[in-house]
Amino acid sequence: MLLISCPHCGPRDEHEFAYGHEAHIARPTLEQQNTMTDAEWADYLFMRKNPKGVHFERWVHARGCRQWFNVARHTVTHEIIKVYPMGEPAPKLEQK
Amino acid sequence: MKQNYSIFSLVRNALSYHQGWQEAWRSPAPKPEYDVIIIGGGGHGLATAYYLAKEHGITNVAVLEKGWIGGGNTGRNTTIVRSNYLWDESAHLYEHSLKLFEGLTQDLNYNVMFSQRGLMNLAHTQHDMQALRRRVYAIQLNGIDSEILTPEQIKEMVPILDCSASARYPIMGASLQRRGGVARHDAVAWGFARKADERGVDILQNTEVTGFKIVNGVVKGVETNRGFIGGKKVGIVVAGHSGVMAGLAGFRLPVESHPLQALVSEPIKPILNTVVMSPQVHVYVSQSDKGELVLGAGIDAYTSYAQVGSPFIIENQLNALTDLFPCFGRLRMLRQWGGIVDTCPDASPIIGKTPVENLFLNCGWGTGGFKATPGSGNVFAHTIATGEPHKLAQPFALERFTTGYLIDEHGAAGVAH
Repeated sequence: MLLISCPHCGPRDEHEFAYGHEAHIARPTLEQQNTMTDAEWADYLFMRKNPKGVHFERWVHARGCRQWFNVARHTVTHEIIKVYPMGEPAPKLEQK
Repeated sequence: MKQNYSIFSLVRNALSYHQGWQEAWRSPAPKPEYDVIIIGGGGHGLATAYYLAKEHGITNVAVLEKGWIGGGNTGRNTTIVRSNYLWDESAHLYEHSLKLFEGLTQDLNYNVMFSQRGLMNLAHTQHDMQALRRRVYAIQLNGIDSEILTPEQIKEMVPILDCSASARYPIMGASLQRRGGVARHDAVAWGFARKADERGVDILQNTEVTGFKIVNGVVKGVETNRGFIGGKKVGIVVAGHSGVMAGLAGFRLPVESHPLQALVSEPIKPILNTVVMSPQVHVYVSQSDKGELVLGAGIDAYTSYAQVGSPFIIENQLNALTDLFPCFGRLRMLRQWGGIVDTCPDASPIIGKTPVENLFLNCGWGTGGFKATPGSGNVFAHTIATGEPHKLAQPFALERFTTGYLIDEHGAAGVAH
């Protein structure tokens, strides 16, 4: 069970939240979309890093303030290393 | 040749105080090079090695396992076998596997305890019933046994199910696959290992792959904790860690790894003689030969490699169980475990080639891989041996994510795997 610190509401139990999967996947711009190949679309839509280690991911406080935010979480220890706002680049973390 | 297992060998060995049993497989030192290296000594990997040796005559094969064989998801599942899938591609693949299961005990001379006790999918709403009818008819058109049960028939088969009108989740009907059932998961791994070893396959346990040697886009072997092992062809069959292996080989996959939890109750007298699944209330349950209830449900939402999940997932699962079977309310649970499943966006596996030449991939079985063990090994062995995908495996190639030809089995398969 994760204890997730919502930036707006503070630490809350995991089941108040919904998972938003990998963060920082930029949607192609309209211009890019006009020239993208099928392989590039596949890469954007489906391919994932799925790391064993620190994962940058999105969560939403679905049963609370309903705000989205980013989380850096370790996928083996489940430790939540950092919570940071949407739109901010992934933080540089020391290798653990 | 291995000893033949039979009632007579059992008696003979009993009379000699069980001192005469052979080892089931060797623990050889790695050779410098193999024709085929299979990474992953779970059911699927061992089955691949077995069918490579048996059907394609390729016996210079190594199976590399970082722990012990069958110690991952093969030893951590709810052992359900069925082929009642909606889409043609899946139906054919899983039916191929079910047919192999039907002859597996004889083929392997190893009792895999395959018990075709039937498998029931419950419907609780009118929309469930509509989806269920569509699925049953599609399955029947593929020549696979499937039928619709009325609440009265369900009540007769499983009297302990709460079929009353006042049930929290009223039961309006069910689909039944009589040829579905359960098998002994460990025996499947051990049986494949023993027969593969008999044909010359080296099973290398405690051998962890730490990297690939790739020259000009062609795989030449793998780095391991026991040194470099050369391989003309390499197959990745590592379930939860597929993304990690792909990362080492330099490409990404449309796969996310999640924990899937299951649990087992204290043993009780025989009470449930079939497998009952409820995709809507979300639990699936059967009773093992030891008398324990074996139950599972859905994955944890977040990605993880930790082999543990969150307790509220289990709580939901037990709520679902006691809603359907009020008489299980006082039952205590004996043990619980989590495995790491590799899920694809369309809930179908990936079998075939990778961007690296001579490197093959069999992954993405998600929450329902056990039922496919022999079929998956069979088609993957063909793919590796010939370099071209098996007819049944072709639709499951990695390219489907580029072409858009997805095989969307979310919900269609009944969700609960």
